Parts: sequence; C-alpha cells; structure tokens
Amino acid sequence: MNDAHGLSGAYAVDALDDLERARFERHLAECPECQAEVASLREAASLLTDTSSFEPPASLRESVLASIETVRPLPPVVADLTARADRRRRRFQGLVAAAAAVILVGGGVAVLQPWDDDAAVQVALSATDEVLAAPDAQTYEMQVGETTVSVVRSAELNKAVLQAPDLPPAPNGHAYALWLQHDDAMVLAGIVNADDDTDAILLSGDAKTADGAGITVEEAGVDPGTPSTTVLGTVGFEQA
Amino acid sequence: MDHVTPVPAGTPDAGVPAVPAHTAELNGLLKQAARGDEAAFARLYDATSSRVYGLAVRVVRDPAQAEEVAQEAFLEIWRTATRFDPDKGSATAWMLTIVHRKAVDRVRSAEAATRRDVSYHEQNRTIDHDATADAAHASLEAHRVRSALGGLTPVQREAIELAYFGGYTHTEVAKLLDLPVGTAKTRIRDGLIRLRDTMGLGA
Repeated sequence: MNDAHGLSGAYAVDALDDLERARFERHLAECPECQAEVASLREAASLLTDTSSFEPPASLRESVLASIETVRPLPPVVADLTARADRRRRRFQGLVAAAAAVILVGGGVAVLQPWDDDAAVQVALSATDEVLAAPDAQTYEMQVGETTVSVVRSAELNKAVLQAPDLPPAPNGHAYALWLQHDDAMVLAGIVNADDDTDAILLSGDAKTADGAGITVEEAGVDPGTPSTTVLGTVGFEQA
Repeated sequence: MDHVTPVPAGTPDAGVPAVPAHTAELNGLLKQAARGDEAAFARLYDATSSRVYGLAVRVVRDPAQAEEVAQEAFLEIWRTATRFDPDKGSATAWMLTIVHRKAVDRVRSAEAATRRDVSYHEQNRTIDHDATADAAHASLEAHRVRSALGGLTPVQREAIELAYFGGYTHTEVAKLLDLPVGTAKTRIRDGLIRLRDTMGLGA
C-alpha cells in the first residue's frame, strides 16, 4: 500500500488540503481499488449525519424549488471514454485560445498536444522526454506556495520542461502562466488551466537564451501579454 | 378524545434496518430528478432536507450561511443528478458528499480570511454535539450509528468527528489531538472502515 492509498479516508471526509486533494484525485482516477474504498467510506461517513438532522427554515424549500426551475440538469455521461475525449478537446480549445503551445505529458504518455494527429503526439512525446533525458539537462527548483516545482532545461536542445505534479489547480476562473525571461522581457511559454495535468509541461520559446523562468496566476481564457503581479515563483538559469 | 398517538406501522424492531427500502426510494427520486422531474426533486428535498441542512449547520455553524450552503448544494444535486450512479453508492451518500464538500469549502475560505480560533471551537464542540445528538434521539438509525461509533477507539471517533463535522484537515486534526503528523489520516481511515463494517455497508 503506497502513500496515496492511505489518504482514502481523509479524502472521503474532505480532510485533505487543496494540494493533497489534487494529488489524490490524480491517483484516484487510475486506481479502481481506491475508487471503491472511497465510495464505501463515503457511505460510512454519511451515516454520521443521522445524529445531526436539523429542520431547515421553510424558506429554504421555496428558494431551492424556485432556483431549480431555471437550471437545466446536465446530460448523462454516455461513456467514460467519450467524457475523457471531451475533456481533452476542451483543454485543447482552451490552449489554442491562449495561443500557447503547451504540451502535457502524464506518466510518459502525451495526453494532449495542440495538433490533433498521432504523428505529432509522437514528436511531442519525444520532445519532452528528450529534454528530461538530455545529457546537459539541468534541474532548477522553485518554491510555489508549499510545493516545489522543477524546471528542467537543456541548453543544447533549447527547450525546458516544467515538472509540477503537486501543483494544485489554479484558483477558480484562473490559470497559471509560464514565462521565460529574456533580459527584461517576460515571454509567455505556456498556460496551465485548472484541469490540466502538470506532471511535465514543455515550455515554448527559446530556453537556451532565457535568463530564467517564472510562474504567475492569470485570468483564465485571456492571453496575458505581460505577467500579472501575482507571481508565484521565479528561478534564474545558470548561463553557460 | 384519545390523545395517544398510534405507533407508526413502519417503526422497525431493533436489529431490523429499514434502510434498503428507503435507499431504493431515494435512488429512484434522484433518477427521476435527473430527467428534469421537479415534483420528484421536491419529494427528494422533503426526504433529505433535514439531513442536508443539519450537516451544513454542523459544519459551518452559522444558520444563515448553512442555509446558503444547503441551497447551493441542492442546486448542484439537481444540476448533476445524471452523474449519480446507484451501482457506486446510495443517493444519500452521493448527496451528502456534495453538501459536505460545499460546507467545508465555505469554512475553509472563511478561515483563509480570518484565521479561526481553534481553542474557541474546541470548547464549543462538545456542547454542540450533545445538543444535536439529543435532537436526533428518536431515530433508530441514529441509535445504530451511535452504537457503531461506540465501537471505535476514542481517537478514531474524535478524529472522524473533527474532520467530518469540524471541517478540519487531517493535519489540523493531528495537531488538535496531539497525534504525530501523518497518523490522523490513518485513524480517520481505520475508523471509517470499522464504522462501515459494523454497519454492514458493502465493499
């Protein structure tokens, strides 16, 4: 049993902080054993409310029933695979809107890249893996809140990869923006939306000549020309 | 004039859980609601509102805020009813998961603004618990739950209650109970597993 499994109980009663929750949900998506356990522990937790029933004011009933009249229930999920494909496509559109070529790689497999064809997936895959495996690759760590994220840069390949598996999703309505610094100019190198994987993200732009990298919080869906003042972390590259 | 209230026919004998029929009924209502049936949703509301509101009050404490949380939760339940899968659990647990998450989000975001005073809540926790436990005294199911809770170790029980009703993270629970960091999550899990098994819930 690894660490993630042990969090099922705390997850079932919402006793994880945002970081842990994001990490556990990533694990949960791929662990049927934990899915079953979480479901059964939620059943158990729901029993606790048997000892705390409390009659709500009558006004609540009216306002609930009035509000549902104006809201359409979501359509059913037709099949899991379809849902996943939809999610990827949404992600894809979001990224195009942000005009940022961000390549997301989870567990060594590309789950998205901005071109919708298989050949490009292969290219994208090797691009990120190449950086991580490059003989001259250097890893720079930066502290983002309570998380440590890494930027791996290969000057020879002129590319950099952000590794931030523990980065919590950006706050509601926001996205993370990744930047490469060239002298005094910050150049947008990628956008990370709230539901994107952050295991390994290939930065666009010239990593070789960059002086450093940074991560900021920006409004979602807007292509930031310059970084906002919400700078989460920066790191300086060693110059060869 | 006879003031004696007849015993409702459905009153179950001790040891005979009346849960399954109830569960099936709620599952059915939720399924109808998913198809846009507002009358079914109103019945679902009537069957669950005191638990939904009770949980919200217990976690957020302020009645006005609890009402908002319950309102948001019911709207979310209506909107996402198609996501409910009876093969994976009961309608009640599914609904209360939504309510709990919203309540916890509410106290945590309030906490981010003003750091909450742990000792204040610690002192008040016992009082609140007794008051709500009294209110629910009549329910047989509540009785079964209380005896199942009695089968937990005091630490398991406290850890679960602080997490579930207090809205604390397992790290905060560890601190409140003077447990080594990282052990509260284990106590919570062990306790829930025991509760689950005692109550004869699947998996």
